[in-house]
Amino acid sequence: MNLSFLVQITYIVASILFAFGLKFLSSPVTARRGNLLSSTGMLLAVLATLAGQHVIGYQWILLGLVIGAVCGTFVALRAAMTQMPEMIALLHGCGALASVFVDWVHYEKLLSLPVFAIGMVEGFALFLSIVIGALTFTGSIIAWGKLSERLPGRPILFAGQQWLNFLILVGIIASGVMFLMHPQQTLFFYTFLALSALFGVLLVIPIGGADMPVVISVLNSYSGIVACTTGFVINNTLLIVVGALVGANGIILSIIMCKAMNRSLVNVIFGGFGQVQKKKLGGEKKTAQAISVEDAQLVLEAAKTVIFAPGYGMAVAQAQHAVRELTLALERNGCEVKFAIHPVAGRMPGHMNVLLAEANIPYDQLLEMEEANPLMESTDVAIVIGANDTVNPAALNDKTSPIFGMPIVEVFKARTVFVIKRSMASGFAGVENELFYYDNTRMIFGDAKDIVQKLVAEFKAK
Amino acid sequence: MNDPLVYQLFILALSIFLGFALISKVPPLLHTPLMSEANAICGIIIVGALIAAGVEAESPFTIVLGTAAVALAAFNVVGGYLVTERMLKMFKKKDGA
Repeated sequence: MNLSFLVQITYIVASILFAFGLKFLSSPVTARRGNLLSSTGMLLAVLATLAGQHVIGYQWILLGLVIGAVCGTFVALRAAMTQMPEMIALLHGCGALASVFVDWVHYEKLLSLPVFAIGMVEGFALFLSIVIGALTFTGSIIAWGKLSERLPGRPILFAGQQWLNFLILVGIIASGVMFLMHPQQTLFFYTFLALSALFGVLLVIPIGGADMPVVISVLNSYSGIVACTTGFVINNTLLIVVGALVGANGIILSIIMCKAMNRSLVNVIFGGFGQVQKKKLGGEKKTAQAISVEDAQLVLEAAKTVIFAPGYGMAVAQAQHAVRELTLALERNGCEVKFAIHPVAGRMPGHMNVLLAEANIPYDQLLEMEEANPLMESTDVAIVIGANDTVNPAALNDKTSPIFGMPIVEVFKARTVFVIKRSMASGFAGVENELFYYDNTRMIFGDAKDIVQKLVAEFKAK
Repeated sequence: MNDPLVYQLFILALSIFLGFALISKVPPLLHTPLMSEANAICGIIIVGALIAAGVEAESPFTIVLGTAAVALAAFNVVGGYLVTERMLKMFKKKDGA
């Protein structure tokens, strides 16, 4: 029994721990145990690698580990829960760039050998790995910039964008083919490396804020695929297994997100809601009915059941803690409070759940859209806070609407609907929301956090 | 049929199935922690980075690349797990459990 055999066994144990880590995520009760198991697996994998390889330069490894671990700890402990989407985008970017560097070092190593030899499969894996890695890196950084508002969040579109994308794609494939035929020519290597990095930027800039859940899921999937292809390049089975697990994760989440928007992946990535024509409301001019905070509080005081439908606006206004206060006030009043969470509410899958959990709202009060919709008819008040397209009834009954067919939180079925909103502006999709004009809808205009705090104050004054 | 590639592809195919089976069980409630967990696991590239920095790198240029790869991957691993832990800690049941 030699050392490399032991290393392989440790890798198998690590894969099993990773699989259990994901399995335990199926319930919030066991999830933390899963995270612990998974991180143990990672530690084992690192130790086994250090012990099993003929490492020559420990000082560089140590330097890298310390820098990475310190920065990682610092950023992870400081990030606010509202910043999770950008944090995750940044982590994706770092992982992908690390893969690119690993592949690059491997290629340089091969070039430095007296006899240069690279197999067809190895060469192809190297090409794929570099391409996906580079575009995942730049794409993630753009996504990070958009989510953290360092870059404009709106879709950036220009004439000939699709053609440029197409040309770059052709360039990547052409240089890839040339590289496979002449792998010792570094020019081809650098060409597809640079073109892929550019491609990543171009893929993400035309995508708007509300489509970010899909983008993050796709980038997650890509980062898995990169780990997998890198596994083929450096001949490491652990990377292949783990990359496949993560790749599957990203694909599943992308599909869930697209279904929740009733759009195809191709449509999200290449279509963009950017050019959707604003539909003119034909015929009679409808008016929305506003309600004062005082009157709204009276309605809430009489309510026995209340369902909140939160959206990204709640995160922007940082209103989740105020919402928790209002929940407590309502519950003291004998009211039953639930939350109806649309799958694409927020900027990444499950974003709302994390924010509400942070505000100490127990997770048994957080309902999925499918669970919440049957309860709507027996609900006294539905409160829409910072959501728009995800509660628009046009998705159900207006065939001409761009969002027709998208599943929604059916708040309009509740006896009364309160919509907390800054103005009458339309949502991300640029679609007028007819919910605002329903007879049972009352608009409360103003900043979400401010309004909810005022409602809480009204309750306390009683 | 002793080509290692065949075994690797075999393992790849089964891993993809395993991934789909495991992840389809995760409730939407935990989709954000799921993503950061998957992201942390993806930091497994650190294994490749260690080999790159410690074994394969010879020239100053590749040493810089390798060391950067280790740092980036360590950032990914440590940041990913810590952020996941922070999020999961917040999910509580009604009775404070």
